[in-house]
Amino acid sequence: MTILVIAEHDNAALNAATLNVVAAAKEIGGDIEILVAGEACGAVAEAAAKIEGISKVVVADSAAYKYQIAEAMGDLVAELGAGYSHILAAATTTGKDFMPRTAALLDVNMISDIVAVESADTFVRPIYAGNAIATVQSSDSIKVITVRGTGFDAAPAEGGSAAIEANAADKTSATSAFVSEELAKSDRPDLTAAEIVISGGRGMGNGENFEILYKVADKIGAAVGASRAAVDAGFVPNDMQVGQTGKIVAPSLYIAVGISGAIQHLAGMKESKVIVAINKDEEAPIFQVADYGLVADLFDAVPELEKLV
Amino acid sequence: MKVLVAVKRVIDYNVKVRVKPDNSDVDLNNVKMAMNPFCEIAVEEAVRLKEKGVATEIVVVSIGPKVAQEQIRTSLALGADRGILIETEEKLESLTVAKLLKAVVEKEEPQLVILGKQSIDSDNNQTGQMLGALTGLPQGTFASEVVVEGDKVNVTREVDAGLRTVGLNLPAIVTTDLRLNEPRYASLPNIMKAKRKPLEVVSPADLGVEIKSTQTVVKVTPPAERSAGIKVADVAELVEKLKNEAKVL
Repeated sequence: MTILVIAEHDNAALNAATLNVVAAAKEIGGDIEILVAGEACGAVAEAAAKIEGISKVVVADSAAYKYQIAEAMGDLVAELGAGYSHILAAATTTGKDFMPRTAALLDVNMISDIVAVESADTFVRPIYAGNAIATVQSSDSIKVITVRGTGFDAAPAEGGSAAIEANAADKTSATSAFVSEELAKSDRPDLTAAEIVISGGRGMGNGENFEILYKVADKIGAAVGASRAAVDAGFVPNDMQVGQTGKIVAPSLYIAVGISGAIQHLAGMKESKVIVAINKDEEAPIFQVADYGLVADLFDAVPELEKLV
Repeated sequence: MKVLVAVKRVIDYNVKVRVKPDNSDVDLNNVKMAMNPFCEIAVEEAVRLKEKGVATEIVVVSIGPKVAQEQIRTSLALGADRGILIETEEKLESLTVAKLLKAVVEKEEPQLVILGKQSIDSDNNQTGQMLGALTGLPQGTFASEVVVEGDKVNVTREVDAGLRTVGLNLPAIVTTDLRLNEPRYASLPNIMKAKRKPLEVVSPADLGVEIKSTQTVVKVTPPAERSAGIKVADVAELVEKLKNEAKVL
């Protein structure tokens, strides 16, 4: 049994989500190989080779994969992955984009967003926004799986010395191309990797008011997130959304500020170790999942929090 | 140009989901059903393309039991022109759904296929991409903006790092994210008019697709309950608890 893990990266650095995927692969058991598909991604391949427990790294270095366009990635992974027992990728917007294409090309179903491994063919995944947990057994010859990072502790990034092998396949997409991107620029930790996350909701009132959250975040090294309501209202950009269809986070400490606690939001953060809710409405559902609740006006409480931490 | 929109009948967004006592599935008996919210956004986008003069015809397809006609009628009331129901009582997996939709795409030859990025029941986020692979069409997933220009469509996608725009040759597939648009409500006259719009019912066999299942649900359980903790009196007590009791600061 050999498992192919698709590396998540930006051509310069390996994304930490890959380590969680490797951890899931280890629970399945068998040899683990990593595919790094990108352009000028040698540094990523070297980082992948150092991950503990990897037997081989395959590098597909071509302009075709620079932006990990789904059509090119889907074709490449279906071709390379055909001989493996499992193909795993992170349940990021990249993995979610190309993995179903790979599965369909291999004529198999796909198992999305697994949070636990029961056996080599049985996996656990949340459904209905996390309001139910399904255990699913697959009879497909190749298991195509995306892994939710919060379900698995990261595999050690060091300790391995896998051989790196080049693959020359060129699956340039004839029908689609990268046009442009607007990437969020932030010196704060990545939402999905941060130890502490502080999120604002509709109660923040506007985008400028998020400044008080940024101040606290910068003092304690936290990432800043938002509820769907805050993103829909245009307070902050979409990449900050925590929830069922946004980012799934499970930090040591999650501080929800001015967030009522819709189930779609809870789906994205309820695995956090400690949850704090600050809301002036004491009936807000967020208090039902919070370890520490503070009924207060956030515009008084947050600046005070900044002073005391 | 012709636009095909796929819609799914799912549990209503506002209903609290309960797991059956025998852990076989969630309980959908006597539960309010509705159109999947992401599919509503897909219908709305198609209607806006028609209002802009870009789309000339909107065909809505759904796969499910006979009652899924309700969601097709809703789409027709919102502005779609005709509907197709692929009627089946079976619970289908994404690959079969994609194969059925592929058969419809081959028959209807739309220039654009719009689907929701995921359904709020199975939360798979697979069908649009699978349809793309099976038809060989390019995809713009998790769309927050769709701009058709000549024989191309530019799709701005919501990705983890921000926004990314891809250019696709038509025909193409788009899956919708939350901020693509805000769906309208159907007016009463339009609901009445929708009753007279054509709705064709076909079977999976009519489309030459064999229903195949490769996944077994072993069990469905409720998530681990998280119990409410304590209320603190002020920020000072909160910080004290986080430092000394929870030890997370």
